[in-house]
Amino acid sequence: MELLQYALDNMELLLTRTIEHISLVGVAVGIATLTGVPIGIAITKNERAAKTVLYIASIIVTIPSIALFGIMIPILSIIGQGIGYMPAVIAVLLYSQLPIIRNTYTAINNVDPALREAARGIGMSQNQRLRMVEIPLAVPVIMAGVRTAVVLNIGVMAIAAYIGAGGLGTFISRGISQSDPRQLILGAVAVSVLAIIVDYSLLALQKRLTPKGMERAAATP
Amino acid sequence: MIRLDNLTKVFDTPKGAVTAADHISMEVPSGEICILLGPSGCGKTTSLKMINRIIRPTSGKVFINGEDTSSLDTQALRRNIGYVIQQIGLFPNMTIEENITVVPKLLGWDKAKYRERAREMMRMIALEPDAFLKRYPSELSGGQQQRIGVARALAADPPVMLMDEPFGAIDPINRAVIQDEFLKMQQDLKKTIMFVSHDIDEAIKMGDRIAIFRAGKLVQYSEPDELLAAPKNDFVESFLGEDRALKRLNLVKVRDLASDEIGLVRPDDSLETALKRIEEYGYQNSIVMVNDKRQPVGIINAAVARTTSGHCRDHFMSVPVVVSLDDDLRKVASLMFANDMTWVACVDDDGRIVGQITQRAITHHLGSRYRTHSRDQATLDAAASLSPADKE
Repeated sequence: MELLQYALDNMELLLTRTIEHISLVGVAVGIATLTGVPIGIAITKNERAAKTVLYIASIIVTIPSIALFGIMIPILSIIGQGIGYMPAVIAVLLYSQLPIIRNTYTAINNVDPALREAARGIGMSQNQRLRMVEIPLAVPVIMAGVRTAVVLNIGVMAIAAYIGAGGLGTFISRGISQSDPRQLILGAVAVSVLAIIVDYSLLALQKRLTPKGMERAAATP
Repeated sequence: MIRLDNLTKVFDTPKGAVTAADHISMEVPSGEICILLGPSGCGKTTSLKMINRIIRPTSGKVFINGEDTSSLDTQALRRNIGYVIQQIGLFPNMTIEENITVVPKLLGWDKAKYRERAREMMRMIALEPDAFLKRYPSELSGGQQQRIGVARALAADPPVMLMDEPFGAIDPINRAVIQDEFLKMQQDLKKTIMFVSHDIDEAIKMGDRIAIFRAGKLVQYSEPDELLAAPKNDFVESFLGEDRALKRLNLVKVRDLASDEIGLVRPDDSLETALKRIEEYGYQNSIVMVNDKRQPVGIINAAVARTTSGHCRDHFMSVPVVVSLDDDLRKVASLMFANDMTWVACVDDDGRIVGQITQRAITHHLGSRYRTHSRDQATLDAAASLSPADKE
């Protein structure tokens, strides 16, 4: 009850933090999509490159976020951005690469060889095949990768509060430092609820982006 | 016209070089269907796919209508060749209309033209344009999808088509229907077609010519009747099967073997006359009775004619079977067996009797072609090979 009262009293701040959080993750995953999808497509042409890229992306994901922030402080300090917005976005950008690149790579690679052959056989160039056939067919799986990246990084971004990036993590960090369970729980619940809502919104977007003729095939959430 | 000139493909595999197609040279005249036939791994599909460079030839050339295709850009070449594959390969993200118009679009046709073309194609494959054009491939049955596959290949009106076991994944009943439809379309379209199949019956039905492949080599390239009558070696012979003479029945029309000599009686003739005629023509059981227009109205049974007197019109039974001049011998033979007859009356389009076809004529035809060929072959193969023809 006390918690609810606290949340209502701080509604405005909660909203500001939530928007901060969304914009941080949104910008980072947005940029990650713009880089990850082309990389994912590019590596389908070369198996060795694919292995290397996916390996590096996997290693990045294993670095604990707090350590990653720590590494970036001295590096980004050179351009005066050691803490705050910039390192947070870069960290999320890096963490997003694996799900996005891997899903793009898998989706393009898994396009039915018969379709590939039909597309070649009727005289589509490599770019036309990508644009007209392979990418449209890969969209559901690529979107699933983006969703994974977003949900994963809504959690990561909560930790970015420690390097002053803002977002819902500030409730948690202050809750811990001030021994205030209200703030701590409010922050944690807000992060979880945000993750769930965003996941479902993106699922709806994924369904809209799925080519019409494939709806039946792509019914998995 | 499609001409292959020493077309060869060598695949590098971990086990060493494998020659999938070995100096294939052949020519398909314009407007004909050539079936590439053989067991799996014989090189028929490889040969087909080298024509549109899905597989790059190791050496050799492909000529289409006299033009050496090696000078053409790959995409331009493929857009001028209709391509149908067994897996159909319709793009699931596109509507039926988008699927059919994809090649015209690549070729830069304007919108009104390619949309009209899509409707025209739908009418050609006997699917209602308004009902289907806006639907997606997943909403169609397998047979309908392959019809669309054929329509897509034909949309830009290419002179040449390549078909890789196009009807292989369709159930037997629908397959026969689609084959018939396709042959009917081909009568008007007159495309030059290379068609891979592993089904001999399909090859005999669809092919103007059949090329038999084995282990990367072209073994025999003949018209179907020729192939069945005179297989070049033991491999071809066993591949065609022991019943190859029966398969030829599909290829011969009643018209080719019908004799215009047929004993008939009229309703006014006496049974005595009927009996006399039955004996005169050597019929075992019966004779056909016709009306003034020479249309069969019944048969007079020999037993009845022998024991009864009177007019034919009072003692006839219904006509069991007649065949049309355009029926094939397979149907005739089947009717003969089913009705225990040694001859069947033939009728023209107006149902008038024009002659008869006898079991003897059929067996003689199948046998004589084979005998003549064996002799011809024996002369040709005088270099004393051990072909069965020589042993005769």
